[in-house]
Amino acid sequence: MREVAHDYGERAVLRDVSLTLAEHRVGVVGANGSGKSTFARLLNGLVVPTSGTVLVDGLDTRTQLREVRRRVGFVFQDPDAQIVHPTVAEDVEFGLTNLGVPPQERARRVEEVLVRYGLAGHRDHPAHLLSGGQKQLLAIAGVLVMGPQRVVFDEPTTLLDLANTRRVARVIDELEHDVVVVTHQLDLLAGFDRVLVFDDGRVAADGTPAETVRWYVDRMS
Amino acid sequence: MKSRDLAYVALFAAITAVLGLLPAVPVPGIPVPITAQTLGVMLAGSVLGARRGGLALLTFLVVVAAGLPLLSGGRGGLGVFVGPSAGYLYSWPIAAFVIGFLTQLTWRRFNLAWAMVANLVGGVAVIYALGIPFTSIYGDVSLTAAATGSLSFIPGDLVKAGIASVVAVAVHKAYPVIELPRRRPAAG
Amino acid sequence: MTAALYVPGAGPVHRAPAGLKLGLLAALAVGLFVADRLEVVAGALAGVLLIGLGVARLPGRALLAQVRPVWPWLLALLAFHLVFTGWHTGTVVVLRLLALVTAAAVVTATTRVTALVAVVEWLARPLAVFGVRPARIGLVIAMTLRFIPLIAERAQRIREAQAARGADGFRFQALVPLLIQVLRLAHTLGEALDARGADAPAPSPRRAGASAP
Ligand SMILES: Nc1ncnc2c1ncn2[C@@H]1O[C@H](COP(=O)(O)OP(=O)(O)O)[C@@H](O)[C@H]1O
Ligand SMILES: [Mg+2]
Repeated sequence: MREVAHDYGERAVLRDVSLTLAEHRVGVVGANGSGKSTFARLLNGLVVPTSGTVLVDGLDTRTQLREVRRRVGFVFQDPDAQIVHPTVAEDVEFGLTNLGVPPQERARRVEEVLVRYGLAGHRDHPAHLLSGGQKQLLAIAGVLVMGPQRVVFDEPTTLLDLANTRRVARVIDELEHDVVVVTHQLDLLAGFDRVLVFDDGRVAADGTPAETVRWYVDRMS
Repeated sequence: MKSRDLAYVALFAAITAVLGLLPAVPVPGIPVPITAQTLGVMLAGSVLGARRGGLALLTFLVVVAAGLPLLSGGRGGLGVFVGPSAGYLYSWPIAAFVIGFLTQLTWRRFNLAWAMVANLVGGVAVIYALGIPFTSIYGDVSLTAAATGSLSFIPGDLVKAGIASVVAVAVHKAYPVIELPRRRPAAG
Repeated sequence: MTAALYVPGAGPVHRAPAGLKLGLLAALAVGLFVADRLEVVAGALAGVLLIGLGVARLPGRALLAQVRPVWPWLLALLAFHLVFTGWHTGTVVVLRLLALVTAAAVVTATTRVTALVAVVEWLARPLAVFGVRPARIGLVIAMTLRFIPLIAERAQRIREAQAARGADGFRFQALVPLLIQVLRLAHTLGEALDARGADAPAPSPRRAGASAP
């Protein structure tokens, strides 16, 4: 990512962020409104920067949006805002249909992720009857079934209780994908390779979790 | 239409359905209890604008026609589309479109008065203009008779237009969804 | 809450294509208005009841439930005609109404929601000329069904929050925070749709080259 700046109208949200993310697990922390979500959205082209360029594997999010989106999955904070279909299996299938995957393979892949995320017993369940944690797992399943190489999580556990936070954290830990996780829960970042601290649209600190998290906590107190 | 517009359309179709779940409210001095469902028509038009508002109500009708009992009082299915009051149903997407159109027209100076105009014209006049003739033809009764029969609903509709207008103005301040085409420099 | 009015069954009426049933219903509606005669409307009602109760074996209750909402209209129309025009017109109008509403109820009770939605998508195919993608109709309907319980739940939460601060009963002021909350939700859902590839061109042989406006 090179010299990226972004503003919403008059309001500058990111200023001159230049980074290359090559690590397996990258964490992002920072105060509310510091630009974390905007940064996360830049990574799969949900937001296109007002200036500068974002490259994913050399692909420009501005011009090669489709391919970028195929490679980078995105999980939002509120599972209710990303479950599209009324029942569980239908929702997981949604992304595969968009990819044009043939029906038989769709059924196989849906089954596979439902089993992996403990949702197999809820196949035809109405999504709104799932617990918060199950809903977030459903949201994650719906993204992973599409086979992205990287996944961006924007505060995936903020709305969850402790038990469900642990469950989702374990799921993220076990992923082989490259992940970028925006979070306020610093213990989530324990095994991470790199952590960025955002402050007012800039990267204020960048390093290993041990260094940056300590720096961030000191600053906040 | 962008994906976001599809989500907004579905949202207001669903809002209209949920408003139909609210029990009818008897209001002193008004002969028939007020149902909240046409509030959905007014809100869809005045929050989403013409195109998306009209599509939201069209979606709602398709879902009802497909057999879900989402009309107030738990009615649904194809029966309501061939019954004597079907004209009112058919008018809803058009009403939402007209409300949205008037809202967009007055957008730059949108206030309670303009919201009221939009909701009275689109949400009351249009609905009766289509509902009454349908009942008249269907029931083989004169227009005047059909109109007299619907008079008792007017007070409730005026109340709803008032509520929808107040809500529309507040929502527009806090979270405007309608976007007018940007005025571009001469070159564009 | 969103349980459909469909009544499961396996007879010929259930198995008949949804498009055919809808087409026949439309033809019946037109036919009954053109043929303004007592024998015709009475015969139609008898035929519809025979198909619904006899052939499709629907429980009388299921049909009655759908016909019940038109009772007040029926009585009002009958009374009007008895006073102003005479019993003949009154009977034709009322029987025609009953025949049509019952026929519609039979179609609804014997046809799955998904089958009816498929017909709507099929009917919308010519609209592709205007950039409408019929497959998206199903998506919008799915999202509508997903939103209904969600909105009801959020409305309940706002009501509880207001009750906790001393406001009782539903107040229409609650509509404003509710609408803003669900509009935000829908906005993010729109992003989630894009993130999961909903804006990709339809994977059909006929490439939807021109993107919808
Ligand atoms: N769509 C938008 N339109 C206008 N302003 C926005 C939009 N999204 C975010 N902002 C603003 O940009 C700033 C950064 O937001 P965000 O990236 O969401 O921060 P964070 O995720 O760190 O809380 C905030 O001040 C926010 O109000
Ligand atoms: Mg954020």
